[in-house]
Amino acid sequence: MKPEKSKIMIKMVMIFVLSAIVFYCFQPFVYSSEKWPGVDESVVEKYAKEHGRESSEPFINTDQGDLLLFVFLLAGTIGGFIGGYYWRMLIMPPGDRKETHSL
Amino acid sequence: MKKTVFKTACTALNNFKIHFFVLSAFIFLMLSGNAYAMHISEGILPFNWAVLWFVVAAPFVAYGLYKLKKLSSIDPSFKPLVGLVAAVVFIISCMPMPVPTAGTCSHPCGTGISAILLGPGLSVLVAAVALFIQALFLAHGGLSTLGANIVSMGIMGSFAGYITFKTLRGFNTNLFAAGFVAGLIADWATYLSTSVELASGIMGGSPFMPLFTKIIIAFVPTQLPLGILEGAITGGMVVLLYKKRPDLLIKMKVIKSVGGVANEA
Repeated sequence: MKPEKSKIMIKMVMIFVLSAIVFYCFQPFVYSSEKWPGVDESVVEKYAKEHGRESSEPFINTDQGDLLLFVFLLAGTIGGFIGGYYWRMLIMPPGDRKETHSL
Repeated sequence: MKKTVFKTACTALNNFKIHFFVLSAFIFLMLSGNAYAMHISEGILPFNWAVLWFVVAAPFVAYGLYKLKKLSSIDPSFKPLVGLVAAVVFIISCMPMPVPTAGTCSHPCGTGISAILLGPGLSVLVAAVALFIQALFLAHGGLSTLGANIVSMGIMGSFAGYITFKTLRGFNTNLFAAGFVAGLIADWATYLSTSVELASGIMGGSPFMPLFTKIIIAFVPTQLPLGILEGAITGGMVVLLYKKRPDLLIKMKVIKSVGGVANEA
């Protein structure tokens, strides 16, 4: 194997191992959703309920099973692509930048 | 020869850090379970309070629109930065993060970085758009409480972050530290104003201060560490942009000159 290729392989393995560590560090926190409520529930709604105010259903209720997870994933994907597109426009070399009306 | 090897090693390390960061961020996002918010939910505030916060927010949003139109007419190339910051604020403000110290989830606001890069006026507009989309499609916040959420996250977060950054830079604080404190203060200011809005809206006949204190204390275990995280994100983004596009930061009046801050970043 060429030294360049082995370097890339080592780098990829290290990235994979470190990413796996990150994954397993956060996994328990994320999947134990019952134990980790959001502050909207644990603070806002809790105190509002104590004072006789309860939250009502959203105008478009996407909080139904996995639908909410799906719309969040969709929103994150679209937002991520938009962010990435503009980030690329901002950091591309000056020669290419002029053609795409970036800063 | 030694210099070349060192340079190559530094580049490889930088690339490695970027790849690791991107992959970790991707995994972290893919792990997202249920969506947890920090905004005031639909229907929590009484009608008169909800209207009041809309009235407070309206001039700031209008000013943001005016600023966008004005800056775009002067320099159309300004748009990519607005697009990038809007996407960042939207993603950051709907990214639930578990806080082990509190056993709860919450998310950063992103208004610190948007206020530093775009100015507080435009930052309010960016936050308003993000909050509107979240309230409409993501069951995150609410349409009736949109005004209150714009005031807390958009106005208070942006202005607190911007003033902090400018003040610290005025005292020649380094770029990362100024960004860090600005992000931290923007986050905490958001929760402080959320507590004011919530306490004033739900107090009924009971006194304001005890309820306000109770709410703010309840926010502390979650928001204290999250504020620090938001500070790190804000400081890191400012330094990253400084390294990649210092001219952009000069154009946006974030820094005065590249030479002047070369040793500070």
